[in-house]
Amino acid sequence: MSRPVALTRPRLNGAKVAWSVVAWIIALVFFFPVLWMIVEALKTEPQAASIPPTILFVPTLAEFQEVLSRDFPPFFINSAIATIGSTLLVVLLGLPAAYALAIRPVAKARDVLFFFISTRFLPFAASLVPLYLLARDFQLLDNVFALILIYTTINLPLGVWLLRSFLLELPNELFEAARVDGAGFWTELTSIVLPLITPGLAATSLICLIFSWNEFFYAVNFTSSVAATSPIFLVGFISGRGLFYAKLAAAATLASLPVLAAGWIAQKQLIRGLTMGAVK
Amino acid sequence: MSDTPTALRGQDTTGGGRQSAAASAARRDARLRWLPLLPALVYVALVTQVPFLLTIYYSLFNWNLLRPGKPQFAGVENYATVVTDPSIRTALLNTVVLTVLAVGISVFLGVAIALLLNKEIFGKGILRTLMIGPFLVMPVAAALIWKDTLLNPIFGLVGYLLSPFGLGRVDWVSQYPMATIITIEVWRWTPFMMLIALAGLQSQNLEVLEAAGVDGANALQRLRYITLPFIRPFVELGALLGSLFVVQTFDSIFMTTQGGPGEATTNLPFLLYLVAFQGFDIGKASAIGVVAVLITMIVATLALRTLFTIFQVEARR
Repeated sequence: MSRPVALTRPRLNGAKVAWSVVAWIIALVFFFPVLWMIVEALKTEPQAASIPPTILFVPTLAEFQEVLSRDFPPFFINSAIATIGSTLLVVLLGLPAAYALAIRPVAKARDVLFFFISTRFLPFAASLVPLYLLARDFQLLDNVFALILIYTTINLPLGVWLLRSFLLELPNELFEAARVDGAGFWTELTSIVLPLITPGLAATSLICLIFSWNEFFYAVNFTSSVAATSPIFLVGFISGRGLFYAKLAAAATLASLPVLAAGWIAQKQLIRGLTMGAVK
Repeated sequence: MSDTPTALRGQDTTGGGRQSAAASAARRDARLRWLPLLPALVYVALVTQVPFLLTIYYSLFNWNLLRPGKPQFAGVENYATVVTDPSIRTALLNTVVLTVLAVGISVFLGVAIALLLNKEIFGKGILRTLMIGPFLVMPVAAALIWKDTLLNPIFGLVGYLLSPFGLGRVDWVSQYPMATIITIEVWRWTPFMMLIALAGLQSQNLEVLEAAGVDGANALQRLRYITLPFIRPFVELGALLGSLFVVQTFDSIFMTTQGGPGEATTNLPFLLYLVAFQGFDIGKASAIGVVAVLITMIVATLALRTLFTIFQVEARR
């Protein structure tokens, strides 16, 4: 009845190797399109569209240079402005709000929290038409500022939730001690919260970065040339049948790079951010 | 704060005065607590609630930006169009099919891969890093890579790899458009589900599993009766968040099929795009918006209820 546990031991290494092989095959299948994007970007145009595919080749950065030296940089810069601008706004508005939901909570903290998160999942259909008309009337169409405002709206609910979950982790005693010394909101925020919340700010910024940088729907409908962001640049390749594959791949790689790098570096914060602080 | 005010008031007037001073200070404090919240609250309300009210208002008008003339009040005419319009029913059906299949398959694959990555294997960290790549790549970029360099019938790699099996010239994007979109979305959301399931698995108490093993439960039984129930709330969270995102799928459809062929891959967001930004039909687009909100509210209420049980939102202080 009591099966000897030791029996499984000798098979362990065999099993480990077998499972490792399975896991690596699956992971490589999933990663392949990402890898292929980067590989294609390092080829010349004829190599990139050749059949059978070119496997052995001398990598070249020519297509990256081509993309970077011509029309891509303005799109990239617009993406950066929209992303950084909205992330700053999210932190600026979100941190005090999170404070009022976690440290010195308002009476209806739960309802407010519910309200915030419900707006995140409102379909964009809910406000699209009025926002478009407003942007048109205020001369904000094809203006990065409109994107900053919209991305702030998209990310603020998540930002508040996330920051709140980090604030809840700060030990109560810190604030009690500060209150005995008569510390108010600003003192608490600047001398206790800010120094301790750095990981939380990083996680929040990362999530804002991912969603704003990759955002497409508003970007494609609210901008045309002046304020167009990186994904709009990629729309230019939409009908390329065998032409410009290397250039397409180089542009796609460059456009994806910031989020890929940030997400890979901050994997822990990524999980926490994606689940709004529920999963650590 | 709640130290029996009636007893005090009866005996001592100065005590009662102190009491009401304390009470008004508490009220003042309660009001002051709202101050840090106000900017964010007002901002979100202004940018989401006010436009939504306007959406409802516009939905009652016959208003097309491409046609001259002022908007005319039309009552529920737009809603009548929306309810009877077969393309909206198609879009609704496509949205459901895409969401259910994409989320369902990614949850299944995500959990399976998480179980795999939670085993004793070589290079866990690298494997996880590779796996989350698809989720981080810009969706527009990924859709292009899939459509042009992988699935293109002439230049695509998939066609080349499958040609020995007689499947070489399949034009995946136009022959199997919905399957293509679902594949791309599954590829993108499986890593997301995997991350959440893996986080759940890693918080599992291993002693329980070992005890079950000692008691004679085999690996399959331990998975079925201990591990899966344990990670269930994590998986539910992933499925709910995933659904709320996949319902809004636009990027991959725009970049690969443009909703076609015909209406084969037109979901609600893409239909809204067509009506609002190709047709500039403000009234009809608004009516679609209102309908979409109603549907989302039903789904989201269920979702949020689950979210709240997971978060166990309670005032801590």
